[in-house]
Amino acid sequence: MELIIQFSYLLAAVLFILGLKQMSSPVTARRGIHWAGAGMVLATLVTFAAEEITGNEQAATNVMLIIIAIALGGGYAWYTGKRVAMTDMPQMIAMYNGMGGGAAAAIAAVELLKAQAAVEAGTASSMAGYLGADVAILAILGAIIGTIAFSGSIIAWAKLDGRLNTSKLLPQQQLINLVLAVVLVGLAISVYMTGSLNLIIAFFVLALVLGIFITVPVGGADMPVIISLFNALTGLAVAFEGYVLGNAAMIIAGTVVGSAGTLLTHLMAKAMNRSVASVFFSGFGTGPAAAASADVDGTQKEVQAQDVGIMMAYATQVIVIPGYGMAVAQAQHKIWELTQLLTEKGVKVKFAIHPVAGRMPGHMNVLLAEAGVPYDMIYDMEDINADFPNTTVTLVIGANDVVNPAAKKDPSSPLYGMPTLNAEASQNVIVIKRGRGTGFSGVENPLFVADNTRMLFGDGQKVANQLIQAVKEL
Amino acid sequence: MIEGLAAVYIFLLAGFTGFEIISRVPVILHTPLMSGSNFVHGIVLVGAMIALGIAETTSQQVIGFIAVLLAAGNAVGGYVVTERMLEMFKTTGKTDNKGAHK
Repeated sequence: MELIIQFSYLLAAVLFILGLKQMSSPVTARRGIHWAGAGMVLATLVTFAAEEITGNEQAATNVMLIIIAIALGGGYAWYTGKRVAMTDMPQMIAMYNGMGGGAAAAIAAVELLKAQAAVEAGTASSMAGYLGADVAILAILGAIIGTIAFSGSIIAWAKLDGRLNTSKLLPQQQLINLVLAVVLVGLAISVYMTGSLNLIIAFFVLALVLGIFITVPVGGADMPVIISLFNALTGLAVAFEGYVLGNAAMIIAGTVVGSAGTLLTHLMAKAMNRSVASVFFSGFGTGPAAAASADVDGTQKEVQAQDVGIMMAYATQVIVIPGYGMAVAQAQHKIWELTQLLTEKGVKVKFAIHPVAGRMPGHMNVLLAEAGVPYDMIYDMEDINADFPNTTVTLVIGANDVVNPAAKKDPSSPLYGMPTLNAEASQNVIVIKRGRGTGFSGVENPLFVADNTRMLFGDGQKVANQLIQAVKEL
Repeated sequence: MIEGLAAVYIFLLAGFTGFEIISRVPVILHTPLMSGSNFVHGIVLVGAMIALGIAETTSQQVIGFIAVLLAAGNAVGGYVVTERMLEMFKTTGKTDNKGAHK
């Protein structure tokens, strides 16, 4: 039986790796998640037969508890996962990731408590004596990482979900975090040395607090990077606890996620022109830098939907630049309808996606895909930027910072250096916007007052509807 | 059981594998892939089941129960949202849900 279990774990790990590999291409992506899912079901089922679970006196109670816990946790996640709107996907991923980190930390807690009980009963001289030095150290490391990923992810979820709007907690937050981190390491060492129950509790509480303190100051625009980082950290914690339990599937899957997640975090930060360190140490768009940005001179020139409809219907090429605002207004279905109408009239329509459009890289593609837009109409920034001068109308809907030309020209702008879409290079720019305010980062946008730009104010969905009517009437 | 040097080998090889998987990924798949990797570390469920299985005292059982509860949430939630996102990727030619095609 043991051999079958170990072989199943190995097979599950292989399925995870092949699944992730397939998920890295749009053509095979769906098959990828099914393979990984099969691996998970296999690993879970064989674990019920594991010696650790069946081979002791409380087996009956514990197996029942396992089934109840899976039903409750899985049921909750199934329900919320099916119901969550596509726009809220990032915070949901944060939530599930946090649960994984919490689980890894809880596994460590059980191991540490067992060791502590043994030390107290006198059957072992120390933590290391009971667990082995390597196991004890990795259990404690996994506990720190998992706990921070847990509380940090919950905060990330709360911030993205609009339940927590503060970015300031204490003065000198960075310094306090540094001190807490040092104290936490000290506690970890003393837990390892003494195995005292009170120290174990203090250790977990402090790690929870540190996760909260690290995440609260992070600016909204940087949230995806943090979520991705916590995802990688959870992977690492899972790998460490896998070593503690001698479980190959956990070690392999956790490490793969740890390294893949680290690279993904780096790619995301790069796409936003931020370094991972700066994400932690400066609240972007929350500090004084944003407020001090250069004022933009000029007036925004308004236009009516009727005129825009005519303009687009007789255009040779239209590029749509969607932003998170479009998704909030639920306008993506209407925009796709409009695209189909224009295509029928012989207009070439393309979608231009900035790497950080939406709330995280790739989020906008998901939102467009949900509306039915085929992914071969969707272009990445590098592929489409040279195409803007050949474009009759660029329609910016709900996007702001990603089309801000100040990022290229104005060194005093907080966005300076971030690659942006060259919307300003097209013949006409139409900006659909709710009102005259600034974007997610709070930075003024000179594009809105440019000579070739017209503003179309109103709710995204209503305006899209008006545009559809205008094109239909022609 | 995996111990000592064997574990270091596994760590290293799995680390390279993870790097290799992500290195050539189009931006459009970043979010689904992050979600997919989030699902994969849901394998912590296996460890959580063992942790609850070896629990002896009530406090250990409570913590083990929480571990399984959270881990199951990670695995199931990660699967559901990833599957929902990937379900929507299709090309112009084919708008049905046949899946793989070139």
